[in-house]
Amino acid sequence: MTESTTVKQKMPFRIRIEPRLSEPPAWYPALVSFGALIVALVLGGILITLSGGDALRSYQHIAKASFGDIGVISDTIVKATPIILAALACSVAFRMKLWNIGAEGQFIMGAFGASAIVLIPVLPADTSRWVFIPVMMIAGMAAGAIWGFIPGYLKAKFNVNEIISTLMLNYVAVAWVNFWIFGVWTEGGFQMSPKFPNGASLPRLLELSKTFPAVRGLTTHLGLLIGIIAAIVLWFIIFRSRWGYEIRLIGDNPRAAQYAGINITQNTIWVMMLSGALAGLGGMSEIAGVVHRLQTAPIAAGYGFTGIIVAWLAKLNPLAIIFVSILFGALILAGREIQPSGVPKMIQGIILVCLIASDFLLRYRIIISRGEE
Amino acid sequence: MTEQSSSKSEVPLIVEMRGIVKRFPGVLANDHVDFKLLHGEIHGLLGENGAGKSTLMNVLAGLYRQEAGTIFVNGEPKVFSSPRDAIQAGIGMVHQHFMLVPSQTVTENILLGLDDPRFFLRLPEYDAKVAALGERFGLKVDPRAKIWQLSVGEQQRVEILKMLYRGVDVLIMDEPTAVLAPQEIEGLFVTLRAMIAQGKSVIFISHKLQEVSAIADRVSVLRRGVCTASGVPSKGVSRQELARLMVGREVVFSIDKKPSNPQGVVLEVNDIYAENDKGLPALRGVSLNVRAGEIVGVAGVAGNGQSEISQVISGMRQCKQGQVLLNGDKVSNRNTLFGIQHGMAYVPEDRTHVGSAPNLSITDNVIMKNYRKPPISHNGLLDMKAATRLANELKTAYDIIVPSVSTPVRLLSGGNLQRVILAREISGLPAFMVAVQPTRGLDVGAIEGVQRLLLAQREAGAAVLLISEELEELLSLSDRIYVIYEGKIMGEVKVEGGETDEGLVDVIGQMMTGTPLDQIQKEGAVAQ
Repeated sequence: MTESTTVKQKMPFRIRIEPRLSEPPAWYPALVSFGALIVALVLGGILITLSGGDALRSYQHIAKASFGDIGVISDTIVKATPIILAALACSVAFRMKLWNIGAEGQFIMGAFGASAIVLIPVLPADTSRWVFIPVMMIAGMAAGAIWGFIPGYLKAKFNVNEIISTLMLNYVAVAWVNFWIFGVWTEGGFQMSPKFPNGASLPRLLELSKTFPAVRGLTTHLGLLIGIIAAIVLWFIIFRSRWGYEIRLIGDNPRAAQYAGINITQNTIWVMMLSGALAGLGGMSEIAGVVHRLQTAPIAAGYGFTGIIVAWLAKLNPLAIIFVSILFGALILAGREIQPSGVPKMIQGIILVCLIASDFLLRYRIIISRGEE
Repeated sequence: MTEQSSSKSEVPLIVEMRGIVKRFPGVLANDHVDFKLLHGEIHGLLGENGAGKSTLMNVLAGLYRQEAGTIFVNGEPKVFSSPRDAIQAGIGMVHQHFMLVPSQTVTENILLGLDDPRFFLRLPEYDAKVAALGERFGLKVDPRAKIWQLSVGEQQRVEILKMLYRGVDVLIMDEPTAVLAPQEIEGLFVTLRAMIAQGKSVIFISHKLQEVSAIADRVSVLRRGVCTASGVPSKGVSRQELARLMVGREVVFSIDKKPSNPQGVVLEVNDIYAENDKGLPALRGVSLNVRAGEIVGVAGVAGNGQSEISQVISGMRQCKQGQVLLNGDKVSNRNTLFGIQHGMAYVPEDRTHVGSAPNLSITDNVIMKNYRKPPISHNGLLDMKAATRLANELKTAYDIIVPSVSTPVRLLSGGNLQRVILAREISGLPAFMVAVQPTRGLDVGAIEGVQRLLLAQREAGAAVLLISEELEELLSLSDRIYVIYEGKIMGEVKVEGGETDEGLVDVIGQMMTGTPLDQIQKEGAVAQ
C-alpha cells in the first residue's frame, strides 16, 4: 500500500507513517541500530526486575563477564570466532536469497573433515603444525562445501526447497559424526575421539607468553585471524568481483540476472558450496582451536543457527558480521554467568526483535504534526 | 469531516465531488479537484498517466480516503470508508486490472462477497439471474463459463455485470479500452450507451482523446492533479484543445523522421512456435525480419504473443520450433548471454521486474550487460571507478535526473528508470534492438525523448524491432508494421513517410482482430 496511514485522530497531534522516498543518510542506519540496542536493554532490564533481579547489577555483571578484563575479552573472542565464520557462510547464501539454514551441518562436517586428517590419519601425528593447519583447513572447507553442494545441486537441477534439504542435512551431519565417534574413533568407549596431537591445533596467544607476559592465559587462537581474513576476502568477492556482482544481481532480481545473461543454475551450486566451505572452515577452526578432539556436543552447539541471526543483524555485510559476532559471543559467555538458560536467552531474543523491528524506521518515516493541517 | 448539509441540488446531479485533496508521499495527486456527474451521461475523464484520474475515482469508489473535500451523492454528503460503502451508495468501479477468480464461473465471481446465497449456492437459479441481467444491458456472456476460458473483452463484461448485479447507478470505468481490440471497443461503447438508456451514469477514464470524443457527452480534464476543464460538452471542443488541456502545451502528433534507408537483414525470425508461462501455445508460426537502419513495428492487442516474441528473440524463452537468426547466427534456444555478446539489445516490457535490479545502484544497473569485459572488469575483478565513471557519463548524456549514481534505481521515476535502461542498452552500440512498450506509463516529455532515442538508433544503422500497443506510436516511428493476433502474424504493411491515413489504420485494426491481410485485400477487391 502506498497510502499513508493515519494512526491516531483524536490526539492533539497526528502521527503519520510514510514510506521513505529517498535514502536516509549513511549514519542513520547505525544510529537506529544503536537506538534499538538501548531499547532492548531497557526492556530486558524490566524483564530482569520483574523476575526479581537487579537489572543494573545484572548488566554490570554481564559487561564485566564479557569485557571486564583482557582475559574475559579473550574468552568472548574465542566464542565469537566460530560465529563469525558461520555468519559469513549464511550471509553469502542469503545475499543470493538462498535460504541456507544448514550452516550448522556444514560446520559439523567441516569439523569432521578436519578431524579426519588427524584421525584416519592422513598425516602422521608428528607432522609440523604449518603443514597440519593448511591441510586441515582445506579438508574442513572441502567437507563443508560437499555438504553445501548437495542442497545446491538439488535446488539447481530439481528445484528442491533448500530450506528443507539444508535443515535435514543438519541431522544427517550429527548422525554421521556420532557414527564415527561412537564406533571407529572412540576413545575407550567414550563418545569422543582421542585428543589431537599438538601439531594439529591452532596456535594460541598464550603460547607467546614467554616473550609477551601480558598474553599469559589468553586462549584466543588463530581462528580469529582466519575469520577476519575470510570476512575481508568475502567483502571483496561480493562488492568488487564479477562473481560477487552476479550474486548481488541474482539476489536482488533473478529475472534481471537472467536478462543480463547470468547462469543462475551454476551460481546456485557455487554459492552453496562457498557457503558450505565457510561454515566448514568455522568447524575446522573450532575443532583445532578449542576442542582438540572430535566430539559432538561442543561442535553441534548451534553456531550455525546463531550465524543466521548474526548474518541478518549485520545486514549481510561481511565486515559488520565481525562486530555483531563479538556482541553475540559476549552474550553467550556472560549469559551463562547469570543463568544457564532463561533470562540471557530472553535478552538475546529481545535484542533480535528490536533490531529487526528497527528496520521499519529505515523504510518508513514517522511524521508527527500538530493539530489538523 | 462533514461540514454542512448539501447545497440545493440542481435536478440531475448524481455525484458531486468538491475540493478533493489526496496526497501520496511526495506527490499531490489531487489538488482541490471538483467533479460533477450528471444523471444519465457518459462523462469522460481525461488526463495523462499520473495526472490523478484514477486517484480521484478511487476516492469516489471508496478505495482511498480523501484528505480534504466532500463527496455528495444525490445531494447528500457521504463518507466512504470502503468500496462496500460506495457500492451501497450506488457507485461501482471496474478497474483496469480485473479482479476475478480464474478458476470459478462467471456467476460465482459475481456472487463473490455478497451475503445473498447464504449457505447453499443454488447456482442454476443465480445463473438465470445473471443471464437475464446480461440480456437487459446487452452484455452477452455465458454464466456457467469459467473465467479463464473467457477473452479479455468478456472478462470485462463480467466485471461490469458484477457492478450492475450490485445495483450501482454510477459505473466508473478505469481505462476500459486499454486491453480491447478496436472491434471490441465498439462493442463496449454499445453496452455503455445501452446502460445510459436504462438510466445509469458512466464515468469513462481514459488518456486517449479520440475515444473520449467518440463516447463521452461531457469531458473533464485533469493535469498534474489539477482540474483544467470541468464538464465541457465534448461536441464543442476540438481534440487539439483537449490535448492542450491535458499536457499544457500543443502536442505535435507526428515526429520528424528521415526517409528510411534499410540495409541487409539483421534479424530473421523463422516460423517460431512457443508457449506462454501457463504452457498454452502463445506463438504459432511467427516469421518476420528486420533490416539494418529501419524500425519495424509489431502491432496487436495486449496478450496476443508480443511479449513471447521478444522473449524468444532475447533468449529468455525457449521456442518449440523454428529459429531466430541474428546476422546469420542462431540465437534462439541459447542463453541470453549469446545474444548480448552478439550485439543484441533488449528493452523489456517490465522495467522493474526484468530490466533492472531495484535495490542496486544506478552504477550497478548500467553495467549489467558489459560487466564481463574491460574497462568495467579485468580478470574477474570489477573496476568500480570505471563503472562509476560510465554511470556518470550516461547520467549526463541521457538526462537521468538523480542526485547521485549510487542511488538505488527503485527510487527513480518511470521515465528516469527507462532512460537508465535505454542508456545501458544503447551505449552497447547494438546491431539489433528489440524494444517492448518502451514508452508505456511515461509522461509526454519522456515519451518524446524515448522516441527520439529509438529514431537515433535507426539513423545510426541499427535494426530496431518495436513492439507496442500504441498504434499512433507505431505509425509515427515504424517503417513497416507486422500485426499479430493470437500468436500469428496477420500481415505486414508499409508505413509511408509517417502519414497516418485512415485506410491504413482500418486495415491494421481489422488484422488486430484476426482478419488476415490477404483476406482483407480479397474482400476489398470484391467490393470494388
